[in-house]
Amino acid sequence: MTIASDDPRVAAAAAPPPSAPPAPATAARRRRSRLTRNRWGYAYVAPFFVLFAAFSLYPFLYTAYISLHEVRLSDIDGAVFVGFGNYTELLQNEFFWNAARNTLTIGILSTVPQLAIALGLAHLLNYRLRGRTFFRVAMLMPYATSIAAATLVFAQLFGHDYGLINTLLEAVGFDRIDWESGTWTSQIAISVIVTWRWTGYNALIYLAAMQAIPNDLYEAATLDGASRWQQFLHVTVPALKPTILFTIVVSTIGAVQLFGEPLLFSGNGMTSGGVSNQYQTLGLLMYDQGWTNFRLGQAAATAWTMFLIILVVVGIAGLIARRRARAER
Amino acid sequence: MTVPPRRRAALGAALVASLLAAGCGGSSSADDGTITLDVGLFGTFGFEQAGLYDEYMRLHPEIRIEETSVERSADYYRALQTRLAAGSGLADIQGIEIGFVADVVENHADAFVDFAAEGNADELLGHYYDWKVEEATTSDGRVIGLGTDAGPEAMCFRRDLFEQAGLPTDRAQLAQLWSTWEGYLEVGRQYEGSATKPEGTSFVDSPASVFSAAVYQGETAYDDADGNPIPESSDGVASAWENASVAAAEDMTANLIQFGDEWNAAFASGAFATISCPAWMLGYISEQAGEDASGAWDVAPLPGGAGNWGGSWLGVTESSEHKEEAIALVEWLTAPEQQITMFTEEAHFPSSQEAAEDPQVADAANEYFSGAPVGQIFGDSAAALQFTPIGPYDTQIQEAFTNALSTVAQGTAPDDAFQAALAEIEQITGG
Repeated sequence: MTIASDDPRVAAAAAPPPSAPPAPATAARRRRSRLTRNRWGYAYVAPFFVLFAAFSLYPFLYTAYISLHEVRLSDIDGAVFVGFGNYTELLQNEFFWNAARNTLTIGILSTVPQLAIALGLAHLLNYRLRGRTFFRVAMLMPYATSIAAATLVFAQLFGHDYGLINTLLEAVGFDRIDWESGTWTSQIAISVIVTWRWTGYNALIYLAAMQAIPNDLYEAATLDGASRWQQFLHVTVPALKPTILFTIVVSTIGAVQLFGEPLLFSGNGMTSGGVSNQYQTLGLLMYDQGWTNFRLGQAAATAWTMFLIILVVVGIAGLIARRRARAER
Repeated sequence: MTVPPRRRAALGAALVASLLAAGCGGSSSADDGTITLDVGLFGTFGFEQAGLYDEYMRLHPEIRIEETSVERSADYYRALQTRLAAGSGLADIQGIEIGFVADVVENHADAFVDFAAEGNADELLGHYYDWKVEEATTSDGRVIGLGTDAGPEAMCFRRDLFEQAGLPTDRAQLAQLWSTWEGYLEVGRQYEGSATKPEGTSFVDSPASVFSAAVYQGETAYDDADGNPIPESSDGVASAWENASVAAAEDMTANLIQFGDEWNAAFASGAFATISCPAWMLGYISEQAGEDASGAWDVAPLPGGAGNWGGSWLGVTESSEHKEEAIALVEWLTAPEQQITMFTEEAHFPSSQEAAEDPQVADAANEYFSGAPVGQIFGDSAAALQFTPIGPYDTQIQEAFTNALSTVAQGTAPDDAFQAALAEIEQITGG
């Protein structure tokens, strides 16, 4: 597949005579010719940008527009402009703060163990183990599983009467736990699903970064008598800092948007996140507002609020990264 | 492969065009003169399984029927609302369920053919129970769809568990004991207090079983006559809450979430002794409980009078290109004879009074449910039913109340739970 060389003009333009500087008229012609020359380039990137405009940019702006209106799906033409009314209502709304709190606690409960385990796993896999490729592939399996399938299986494992986990607890002499109806228990259960799914993915990212650390550093550390644990703390972790920051940002964005797991965890499609909203996250609240209660304006305001929260998180991460870079210089 | 650039562009354009074309469906007339009618449904309407489509296509060789079915009615409703809002993508015939018929009646009546304006309207609407037609009628008298099935309610109970707990198992005797919900709760106390009650079983599956059945027995349920939500002041809500919260607080429910995994599994293990059951739930129970439980279940009348849960309509969309043919199909599918077929084949109880009074329905007994005279029990319930105003948010409001009742069973004070439910409802109705 050759495109550019089909056109004789391209070859000429690509190798301009080194001596004579171009006259203004030729420059204009050249600019035009570059446009025509690149037209296939534009044509090939166009599908992405057309799709982006249709399915990302337009919904993004329309959501902002809708968030300033009181509007229901059944009466989409009857939208009433309310300014920032939906936002002020949201900030005074106990359900919003409940969801924000749940999102934060589930986020911490899932992100912290997830990244810690991933770091440990990556460190182990960085050694020359027998069957290393098998372990690496196995680690990525949960990530390749669909959220729905994984959550449905976990919801059954965490079932009260017939769940495997309660059966095991009972077998070793503990009481059955009603995972779904408790606030902490349900949030822990959901965090387990998230952790199970994302640990391997993060471990692979850490592993890739670790392999870029020069082996000399470890050799030098070994000569200095550093144990493996000390090597991990003083060589691996400092070298991984940018990667760790990246995974924290990505996991945090994922945590703010957490939706599928709490939706499916109830097992009957309820969008309220448990009977007392004990595991309703911001993402689920938005869905509840928009697609159960059909209050699109309110849901759009929640969506934009979530977006702003994510921007703040990314901004903080960016600041930390810049300060660190400056300190190193 | 070397393809000249221009032809390559043409290929690309053709590909895009074909993708776009694939995205747009809709009914169509083929060149050979056959007309395809699209039917958009949810859950298991069962027309296809009962062989009604095949029969109709045999009677009308020029018609082809294509059904698209979405499993959950909530998902179906979301998609239907989106299409109604966009004004495109609707099928020729759309199923409408009790949970959102009020929304369609209030906001989208213009999108559906008015059956009251048909020349044969009297014949079309005359064979129904009055409340069935009234639920699909707008304030200015348009009828947006013809009823298919209905969900008259009864009380299903486990004979074996009742026997072990030393309670009577005779339907007539139980009907008398629980003619009111107070009486039902009294039977519940006897069950829970019985020394011989099977270990680990509860009297009723969930507080929702009591609440959802009792709430429509009042003058009003969730809405006033204009369809505006009145959850705080409705007599139906007040008495349903009273009885359901007693059941929850006195711990006579298994506190399962209806249609959740644990609830499904509890049928097979026999974890509860009673459940209020609309006609369509009998099939669900026998499926979940399995063949082993055949003869264990029985059906008695519902406490507190008649009740209805569920039921659907078929509407013809105004945007349909084949309105005449679609109307004819809907009229045929919902006619008494076909409703009888739907009962005998699929156990869907008719919303047509004429069909329900036919001996094939009225005299039907259910072997799985210990030979209970289900035709008569459900028929009596449907005939005694009074129209209760419905509104667009009933499904969500009901979920708010039944969720709150679950927290009562977990130990929350009933009054606090009621306030929590009202706060949740304010989120739904917009205060």
